[in-house]
Amino acid sequence: MTMFEAILLTIITASTPLLIAAIGQLVVERSGVLNLGMEGMMIMGAACGFAAAILSGNSYIGVLAAIAAGMGMSMIFAVLTLGLAANQVASGLALSIFGLGLSGVIGAPFVGARRDTMARLDLPVLSDLPVIGKALFGQDPFVYASFALVIGVWWFLTRTKPGLILRACGESHASAHALGYPVLKIRLFAILFGGACAGLAGAYLSLVYTPFWSPGMTAGRGWIALAIVVFASWLPWRAMAGAYLFGGITILQLHAQGAGVKIPSQAMAALPYLVTIIALVIIMSRRGGQQSAPASLGVPFVPDR
Amino acid sequence: MTTATPLMLASGIVKRFGALVANDSVDLAIGPGEVHALLGENGAGKSTLVKILYGLLQPDAGTLAWEGRTISLKSPAEARRLGIGMVFQHFSLFEALTVAENVALALDGTEPVSAVADRLVSVSEAYGLPLDPRREVWRLSVGERQRIEIVRCLMQNPRLLILDEPTSVLTPQETEGLFATLARIKAEGCAILYISHKLEEVRRICDRATILRHGKVVATCDPRQESAASLAQMMVGSKVMPTRHEPVLSDQAPFLRVQDLSLRSPDPHGTHLSGIDLEVRPGEITGIAGVAGNGQDELFAALSGEILAARAEVIILAGQPVGHGDINTRRKLGAAFVPEERLGHAAAPRLSLSDNALLAGHATNGFVRSGLVDKPGTLGWVDRVVAAFDVRKGPRDPAASALSGGNLQKFVVGRDILRNPRLLIVSQPTWGVDAGAAALIRQALVDLARSGAAVLVISQDLDELFEIADRMAVIFHGRLSPAQPTAGLAREAVGLLMGGSGFGPGEARARDAA
Repeated sequence: MTMFEAILLTIITASTPLLIAAIGQLVVERSGVLNLGMEGMMIMGAACGFAAAILSGNSYIGVLAAIAAGMGMSMIFAVLTLGLAANQVASGLALSIFGLGLSGVIGAPFVGARRDTMARLDLPVLSDLPVIGKALFGQDPFVYASFALVIGVWWFLTRTKPGLILRACGESHASAHALGYPVLKIRLFAILFGGACAGLAGAYLSLVYTPFWSPGMTAGRGWIALAIVVFASWLPWRAMAGAYLFGGITILQLHAQGAGVKIPSQAMAALPYLVTIIALVIIMSRRGGQQSAPASLGVPFVPDR
Repeated sequence: MTTATPLMLASGIVKRFGALVANDSVDLAIGPGEVHALLGENGAGKSTLVKILYGLLQPDAGTLAWEGRTISLKSPAEARRLGIGMVFQHFSLFEALTVAENVALALDGTEPVSAVADRLVSVSEAYGLPLDPRREVWRLSVGERQRIEIVRCLMQNPRLLILDEPTSVLTPQETEGLFATLARIKAEGCAILYISHKLEEVRRICDRATILRHGKVVATCDPRQESAASLAQMMVGSKVMPTRHEPVLSDQAPFLRVQDLSLRSPDPHGTHLSGIDLEVRPGEITGIAGVAGNGQDELFAALSGEILAARAEVIILAGQPVGHGDINTRRKLGAAFVPEERLGHAAAPRLSLSDNALLAGHATNGFVRSGLVDKPGTLGWVDRVVAAFDVRKGPRDPAASALSGGNLQKFVVGRDILRNPRLLIVSQPTWGVDAGAAALIRQALVDLARSGAAVLVISQDLDELFEIADRMAVIFHGRLSPAQPTAGLAREAVGLLMGGSGFGPGEARARDAA
């Protein structure tokens, strides 16, 4: 394997969790809901996925558990913001804090088990695809799933009637309601989809990227995924570009540190975040402050009955 | 009334919202192919009733029957399946989506958007309502947006078309076009439920009328046999006093002078102002007519100081250049401002009336003494406004959102008129207000002008401007026509200006270029 291939492979593994989480969040925001609980849902996915994989000895059960955990977390958010029309920003922030705490409790018994399980967990996920894996730089099912998600979400949003209805809810929930669409139900499905994606992204972190559990291991990736959605101006293909830009810079700065570039490592480690902020600023100013956000984003909807 | 089975029969409809009974045993019968008017003041329960007919609301009691068969409408989709189409007053369109996508959303089934677009073009051409399916809605004029709503109803081959105040956003010429379309739809056998409070229109195009007052049916009649005055009396329950107003022209120097005001709208979907000239003289009411979205909001913001002009000399108030001055600078020079949105712009909904009085008057009314709020003083001011403008409310100092629309509007207009301003700028002074409150507000504006103040009224209600304005100008695509004396001014001439004739070419709407 050449140096270039190795770097490309690590970039893909660094970008995939961001892409999965961002594409889920993109669907949620397109329906008009701002769920800032990404970080909490993601780390719950990581903790529950890792725990389930160890207890069952099967990584796929771990993945399913992670998806369920993300959806469960998003269900709490849905009850608060859709059922009780609570403030979405406050509810999302609370969900993030709650998830970080609860995942610590769930993951605590598994902190010491990392060395033993690392190799064992690594195998079923990667060895499932030895032939295709080798041909395509040895990728895991998550990477394929992330590409399928981008294509699927793009097709769903732009080419299907349900996708059009979902976008309509995000643009004007009052109009969508007037036409007879069940705004809250549509948003519930979007939120659950976002939770499933967040859980899946978390599972990737604890089962593939660094196959062990440590508290707070998502390290702000949920927040980056939120920024990527804005960066992408709510378009799936641009979300992919954003995720890979961020993942790429993360890896390249590691290699730059390894090559002995004379910049403090802390500054280098901050580079991806800095680039994300700069890219967001440039994109917003190029658009002349014009918003491309869904018009009803973050606004609670209460039908008059 | 014919003996045939009514197409739609609503009997004993009751709908409550909390303590408010919006519909109280309402009966309504719409015959096949009939143009039926639903008349009533704002808050009479018209919108609630049509939402029930369209399946958006469920009645608490009462039944609906479609061609003699009892039905229950659980959703608008069920209503559409029966052949009921609805054109909303506040359009139910999605600004960021294209025309075709908007239409596809209103159609049941899984027809792809491209197929919808093709059908849309053929239907819109057949009815003389041209539309480009690929345009995004925010680029379209209000008249074009209404066309989308009508066309998307027509694409479902409706048996009953419900129109909620369709002409309130149209120029007189566009209204004529709409009536021609409605005549065609009627000729094809489709019944129309026409909701309006414009009585002359109702007398012209409707076969029958049901009149609602305070949620109850007070009369069913043939509007062609009634006069506008008798219909109004049934709507309001008492005689509405016409505004006492004789147009006058003042020879005094303008109190407000705007010269070559150009402005970029901060709203990406807004309208930029270009080269606006305007003079407002003491003793006169100057009216600005125009269809919504032609720069009224931007003009109001520029005059009030919410958006500052590029050069100070562009706006001259009491002889002083104030283009760079904020709203309090202008208030201190004797100006007062009443914006269009009463909840959220003119008044903070959750603050009390006295706090709202403080917000508007802290710079001019002496409510603040050495940095402290004079609460008894502001409460006394609220009492004066309430007494002078007949504001009906429960407690002495309720939250602004607790007042009904008409009473809050009387409060926000009265709050600034009682200051005896030398200039009052008011936008949509009677929008969505019942006839009694509207008459009171209009009379107050006329009286203020007669007492020597300069008054500028920005309104989309042409009848209102002809009633109270001494001079009138028209705003179109961010440009303003010269103001002309209202006496002797023809409605048709104003209507042509509202549609853009006479403004000359080469001035495409700025937002189109963006």
